[in-house]
Amino acid sequence: MERNQSRRQLAVMRQSLFDQGYLDEQFIQLEELQDDANPNFVEEVVTLYYRDSARLVTSIEQALRDRSPLDFNKLDSYMHQFKGSSSSIGAKKVKAESTQFREYCRAGNGEGCLRTFQQLKKEYTTLKKKLEAYFQLARQAGPNEIACRPK
Amino acid sequence: MMENGFSSPRNDTFPAGLRVLVVDDDPTWLKILEKMLKKCSYEVTTCGLARDALCLLREKKDGYDIVISDVNMPDMDGFKLLEHVGLEMDLPVIMMSVDGETSRVMKGVQHGACDYLLKPIRMKELRNIWQHVFRKRIHEVRDIESLEGFESIQIPRYGSDQSDDGYLFTGEDPSMRKRKDCEGKYDERDCGDPSSSKKARVVWSVDLHQKFVQAVNQIGFDKVGPKRILDLMNVPWLTRENVASHLQKYRLYLSRLQKDDNELTTSAGGIKHTDSSKDSAGGFGLQNSMNIHHNDVSTGSYGFSGSKSFVQNLNPKSLDCEKKGIVSEPITEPKRALIVDIPNPCKVRSSQIGFESSFASLGGSQVDFTAFGSTTIPTRYSWSDVPEVLFRHESKSTELEDGFSQLPPSRSQHHIQADHIKPVPSISSSSSAADRSNHANHATSTESAIDPLPVQTKNHISITNHQAFDPLSTTALSMKSQGFNLSCISDLESTQRNISSGIETLLPSLDEDLKFCWLQGDYLAMNLGLQDFPEYYDPGIVSEVPIHLYDALRHDYDNPCDPTEYPLIEQGLFIV
Repeated sequence: MERNQSRRQLAVMRQSLFDQGYLDEQFIQLEELQDDANPNFVEEVVTLYYRDSARLVTSIEQALRDRSPLDFNKLDSYMHQFKGSSSSIGAKKVKAESTQFREYCRAGNGEGCLRTFQQLKKEYTTLKKKLEAYFQLARQAGPNEIACRPK
Repeated sequence: MMENGFSSPRNDTFPAGLRVLVVDDDPTWLKILEKMLKKCSYEVTTCGLARDALCLLREKKDGYDIVISDVNMPDMDGFKLLEHVGLEMDLPVIMMSVDGETSRVMKGVQHGACDYLLKPIRMKELRNIWQHVFRKRIHEVRDIESLEGFESIQIPRYGSDQSDDGYLFTGEDPSMRKRKDCEGKYDERDCGDPSSSKKARVVWSVDLHQKFVQAVNQIGFDKVGPKRILDLMNVPWLTRENVASHLQKYRLYLSRLQKDDNELTTSAGGIKHTDSSKDSAGGFGLQNSMNIHHNDVSTGSYGFSGSKSFVQNLNPKSLDCEKKGIVSEPITEPKRALIVDIPNPCKVRSSQIGFESSFASLGGSQVDFTAFGSTTIPTRYSWSDVPEVLFRHESKSTELEDGFSQLPPSRSQHHIQADHIKPVPSISSSSSAADRSNHANHATSTESAIDPLPVQTKNHISITNHQAFDPLSTTALSMKSQGFNLSCISDLESTQRNISSGIETLLPSLDEDLKFCWLQGDYLAMNLGLQDFPEYYDPGIVSEVPIHLYDALRHDYDNPCDPTEYPLIEQGLFIV
């Protein structure tokens, strides 16, 4: 009973991540890749993403701090990597911010870059928290729940 | 050999076991791609640095079937890696990026990527990548065969039944159709017995490639030929074909770097490998397509898909009888179209060497040059202007009134058709001259033909021939062509001059020039004449021609390789 409840809760939580635009279909792709050989594949990928992208966020922060003048090429290059990485887990909102950021880079709009980056970090962190909560609940609900696609 | 990976024993399971090397600096993607590829039953090796990937590839030669690489990597540009892999390992490379800008994708393709995937990459896209490996394998078989064809001077023929029904009338691009046919053929062969037609592949190590590049540099771009490179490289086990093949790739590679020529491609891949000669007796006289072939662009060779030249003998009597063409094809019926298919892979290669950029201006719509290095390569050569091969017949001493309809496979689709009922004096002279020189193939054209057409083609042609012999010198064919070319050179020069002037003015004075050339007995002149048909672009004319005119001339030309019997013919082929 309790297990069923957590399953339902998990499904709702997962669906809300899509409904609220945090995730896109790529996340479903990851879920489909999860199998007996890699029962925690999605979580592993997400963990890897956050570990690796943190380095990029730091680099971008650094580059934005050294303003005078901003090296837009460098920023764009970093953000290109970050965007590519974010696309791997289907981090939809983060990816959208990355795209916006790169547009500002091309336009040479430093203010836009700064503003967008703040927004990006916010989405990035929010998603992280949501996913962490989701995976934790998934572990409680049982090993098969993640792969199951309620709809 | 590539087949080590998935051939014989595992052939039936292909593409399972395809060995894929994935290169991406993003560990997350690396993990995902690895999983995806494994789910496709591929063998996956992942690599976070382009440099490491190169090391892996160099260490384990033939250890991979295909490479998937990210475009942006910190240690090495993905395009750079792509070039290395393409040159050294000759593996298909798929580029991937989150960036889908056209310019980026184009750059990838120009550098030789066989595909360009956008992140996020889906399983279904990866499931299909084996096709690139498979395609490459087909092309390799094709390459080798074209090389072999070159050496043995094979002249593939098309089925005779195709000859008359004429692409002319349908308006269909013949090269397309043939290409399809050919590919079907290769597919079958490849599937049926993949190993039989395949030779050991040379792996071009860094050292080997460097030797190669040194040799090329030493010789100079304009003059390189496989033989000379081979001599300079001094690698005992290397064969001339190995070098020729690599040279092709190298040229292609260089040409890619110069992207100014966006036209690369399209028509460059005319493929003519036809071995089916249904009609041995008339084998030679089939459909007139002059296909000088080549290899697909993707495999690094250029294809000249020749246009089809239609030679029609409308008025046999108009020509002088003096001709003593060595190749005498008795024309039983005056009205026939001579059709000659000349797939000649070698030729293409050689011709690439010789083109100077200066000729690019001449090319106009018909000739596209892809510049590589200092030398320009004509990627697309529409042979609409190609003089056709006329076969003279001693016995009949027939004068060929020749209508040429040429269907270039190129996009422009020119139909050249010359119907000349009236014998032109100049023609006769030219033909006689040709005969004197014992060239079986002459395109004779009428005066009327002379004016409107751009003469450029001839120039190209003549030039091509002229320089073509250098690389080809080892083969019998080439030798002959060489001799021929040499004899024509002096004439060519004058012709070219005339031509160029004619082009600018649209040939007001062309007639005279042409005549002059013809009097000289220059083949080029003949070529020129052919090209000058006013109706060149007019498809309507083609249709007007009675079908019976197109009857193919049947030639007993079973053995094109036999120099003694048909020396002229061979030369003629090369002329084209």
